[in-house]
Amino acid sequence: MARKKIREYDSKRLLKEHFKRLSGTDLPIKSAQITESTDFNELAEKEPWLSSGKLVVKPDMLFGKRGKSGLVALNLDLAQVATFVKERLGKEVEMGGCRGPITTFIVEPFIPHNEEFYLNMVSERLGCSISFSECGGIEIEENWDKVKTIFIPTGATFTSEICAPLVATLPLEIKGKIEEFIKVVFALFLDLDFTFLEMNPFTLVDGKPYPLDMRGELDDTAAFKNFKKWGNIEFPMPFGRVMSPTETFIHGLDEKTSASLKFTVLNPKGRIWTMVAGGGASVIYADTVGDLGYASELGNYAEYSGAPTEEDVLQYARVVIDCATANPDGLKRALVIGGGIANFTDVASTFNGIIRALKEKESKLKAARMHIYVRRGGPNYQRGLAKMRTLGEEIGIPLEVYGPEATMTGICKQAIECISAAA
Amino acid sequence: MATGQLFSRTTQALFYNYKQLPIQRMLDFDFLCGRETPSVAGIINPGSEGFQKLFFGQEEIAIPVHSTIEAASAAHPTADVFINFASFRSAAASSMAALKQPTIRVVAIIAEGVPEADTKQLITYARLNNKVVIGPATVGGIQAGAFKIGDTAGTIDNIIQSKLYRPGSVGFVSKSGGMSNELYNTIARVTDGIYEGIAIGGDVFPGSTLSDHVLRFNNIPQVKMVVVLGELGGRDEYSLVEALKQGKINKPVVAWVSGTCARLFKSEVQFGHAGAKSGGEMESAQAKNQALREAGAVVPTSYEAFETAIKETFEKLHEEGKITPVKEVTPPQIPEDLNSAIKSGKVRAPTHIISTISDERGEEPCYAGVPMSSIVEQGYGVGDVISLLWFKRSLPRYCTHFIEICIMLCADHGPCVSGAHNTIVTARAGKDLVSCLVSGLLTIGPRFGGAIDDAARYFKDAYDRGLTAYEFVEGMKKKGIRVPGIGHRIKRGDHRDNRVELLQQFARTHFPSVKYMEFAVQVETYTLTKANNLVLNVDGAIGSLFLDLLAGSGMFTKQEIDEIVQIGYLNGLFVLARSIGLIGHTFDQKRLKQPLYRHPWEDVLYTK
Repeated sequence: MARKKIREYDSKRLLKEHFKRLSGTDLPIKSAQITESTDFNELAEKEPWLSSGKLVVKPDMLFGKRGKSGLVALNLDLAQVATFVKERLGKEVEMGGCRGPITTFIVEPFIPHNEEFYLNMVSERLGCSISFSECGGIEIEENWDKVKTIFIPTGATFTSEICAPLVATLPLEIKGKIEEFIKVVFALFLDLDFTFLEMNPFTLVDGKPYPLDMRGELDDTAAFKNFKKWGNIEFPMPFGRVMSPTETFIHGLDEKTSASLKFTVLNPKGRIWTMVAGGGASVIYADTVGDLGYASELGNYAEYSGAPTEEDVLQYARVVIDCATANPDGLKRALVIGGGIANFTDVASTFNGIIRALKEKESKLKAARMHIYVRRGGPNYQRGLAKMRTLGEEIGIPLEVYGPEATMTGICKQAIECISAAA
Repeated sequence: MATGQLFSRTTQALFYNYKQLPIQRMLDFDFLCGRETPSVAGIINPGSEGFQKLFFGQEEIAIPVHSTIEAASAAHPTADVFINFASFRSAAASSMAALKQPTIRVVAIIAEGVPEADTKQLITYARLNNKVVIGPATVGGIQAGAFKIGDTAGTIDNIIQSKLYRPGSVGFVSKSGGMSNELYNTIARVTDGIYEGIAIGGDVFPGSTLSDHVLRFNNIPQVKMVVVLGELGGRDEYSLVEALKQGKINKPVVAWVSGTCARLFKSEVQFGHAGAKSGGEMESAQAKNQALREAGAVVPTSYEAFETAIKETFEKLHEEGKITPVKEVTPPQIPEDLNSAIKSGKVRAPTHIISTISDERGEEPCYAGVPMSSIVEQGYGVGDVISLLWFKRSLPRYCTHFIEICIMLCADHGPCVSGAHNTIVTARAGKDLVSCLVSGLLTIGPRFGGAIDDAARYFKDAYDRGLTAYEFVEGMKKKGIRVPGIGHRIKRGDHRDNRVELLQQFARTHFPSVKYMEFAVQVETYTLTKANNLVLNVDGAIGSLFLDLLAGSGMFTKQEIDEIVQIGYLNGLFVLARSIGLIGHTFDQKRLKQPLYRHPWEDVLYTK
């Protein structure tokens, strides 16, 4: 959905392929991707330049500041690259507060250079902004005052007049070349539905622009227009987002149905768990537990929407309940089965799946001293809520049920009161 | 963008991409509000024209359907709202076409997943031409008691519960469509209700923004206070902050930005809406709530306190005498749809058609209860399918094999027989396949191809009554009826039809009993004593052997066999088989590019 980061390797691949198509001239970009499954001999055969010169290798994991973090190795031969990768592949690193293993590297020719230019393009509501600086590289933030920015309104032609403020101070012999480069990259940015593109830095190799580092984001809703142009594109998960087996299971379920099923464990030892219908409402339930001061007790974020089938809801609810009831510790827990007033989802039928799961997990729920709070409105809600009430009596688990007459998040408050009351 | 009212009780819309339910829900809302005219003036369904029947209260009305946006706009010049239910693939192009119509002022785009770059084109065009885009990725919006876009506000029950059939004093705008429904209800509970509610949609760049609508509400005298539900991600709320700071809004604003939980996630997360992405600090829910609070909006400490904040703000306005009391009305009862009434068990309705041979409603189509996958996996043939669909049972393989042989034998009989001739003439007249086929089939009857059924009927009757071949043939002669299944134009007693011999050979090997066939042979033996061309022909062979199949398989009661013979199943076999040949003749003529056939007048005897 929407803006997705792509790997540096893919950014450069798209740049190289389409720069030629749009301008008729070639960019001398060379790069190769290394993952766990890479066979170095095969790769060297496919990309002969790997064996003929000095190389640069760095993780290609959607995080920046790699140079500053000592994760970039310069001036290596292929054997040294292999060693460098082997030592780090699959090893966890911490970047900006996120921990995760490094799974993908990018390897490129080592390019000694003097100039480091900065180029950045961002899609905005009324157009796109383009920033450029002749003082790019890892010190860009220190040199932010040298960055020049222009804005190109949607539909406007990118003329030399508009571009002028960016390149005005460049030496004459490279000015035209860089202006032309920026223009083609911008055409490519629009043509390929980029929403963000950054080269920091790019340099000149034999007079031709060459990006040393590149970041890109594509609008994945435009995939239907760009199938051919994008080729085999990958949208990796944000760095540090490692899914647990239960999360992976739900993710798989989500991909198989047209409905939306989301599940993230925030704190496996949390005592308040949620299972909420609707994208907007699910966020608000999680918010409310936090805003009322109990963020640390929030076990998960969970959303189901888009009219999932009873079977999907059953499988989904099983997972949520399993996580919520894991490792009973004698203290009370609360499960919030919430939702706003549905537009057209049949509340009674989606509740059927949840009710089946609750029945199956009766003993686990009891062992975890689970208290259940239900709130929902929409088509057939009376029948759905009545079934829930009956279930509570049937299996003997404390269960409170509310309809649209109650506030949506009142049950968050109740869940908090429940877990904070003396045992 | 327009700075005041977008809708009224007379607003009419064009609805793009026919969807029965949302349109019906709009019309039901109209009826509930006591509108005199339906809010949908015309429907655009690319490639089709005509009318769509829908209900306006108890009555049915016909809404014109147009094939293009231009035609619809020309036909309904007073319709100024365009409701676009196109898919995400085509929503942008159709929305742009709609914006270009001089009569259209507001375009609402429902589809989720419209490419950002396309929406930006729409935003720019709308800004330059003073038009309003609501969405994409939205349910739409509603002006209470006046006009409703598509599915906004959910079911009729919810609309009544939230008193949306008459205007209140609260302007509401949110990103989330699902939550707008919840808020309509909440607002109705603690205030005099909604005046207008808009869901701007969850995209990164919505066609119109929260602040666009808040500023518009500020200009609408009936709106006394504004409720805003924002969301993390994007900067939209900051333009509202700016507007508040600049004093452009002089009505109380109660706001909440959801997504405060994003900081609990370790890595960047994308919530349900495209625009709801946790990113920089500025875009966080906390920062936006803080900025709104500082700019003078009423911002609660959590969503749970939102309702109270709305309530208190309204009560204050009420105390200040700024609220005009709402005239309460009782909305009319909307007649219930037959389908929902049946579903809830309130009424029952008879069906008009009964079918017993197949059912396509499940996971896969079934023939007589046998799912398509077993038909394919178990290697069934056409004969088995015929046995399922015609006889509603799985006959033993030898039976279905026999049926297949019959079909193969009867598939064609050269170009000169009347059926093939008709087909050829029709094909040469340049007609389509179906016309060619049926013109050939229409010749099948008592004189051409219809003898199988008759042969079976007479042989069965005679045999079952215990007649000898002699008694049977002579009895027929007395009644002046030719014995069907006997006689051939060319074949003779010493030069019999080898198709007949093949069938008989197959039956002798595989059938448990061939008593009807033996009877037919006895009849033939007798008729051959009368004339050498009175042989058992292929119709007689199939007819008699089919009787043996039905009787010998042990899978049919006597009554069922009588019925099968009476209804004319065996004629069906001939029609089916011969269709293969007739289709072949059609293709043959078309491939040979034969010109129109005209019968030579030399070949006609003109006489008085």
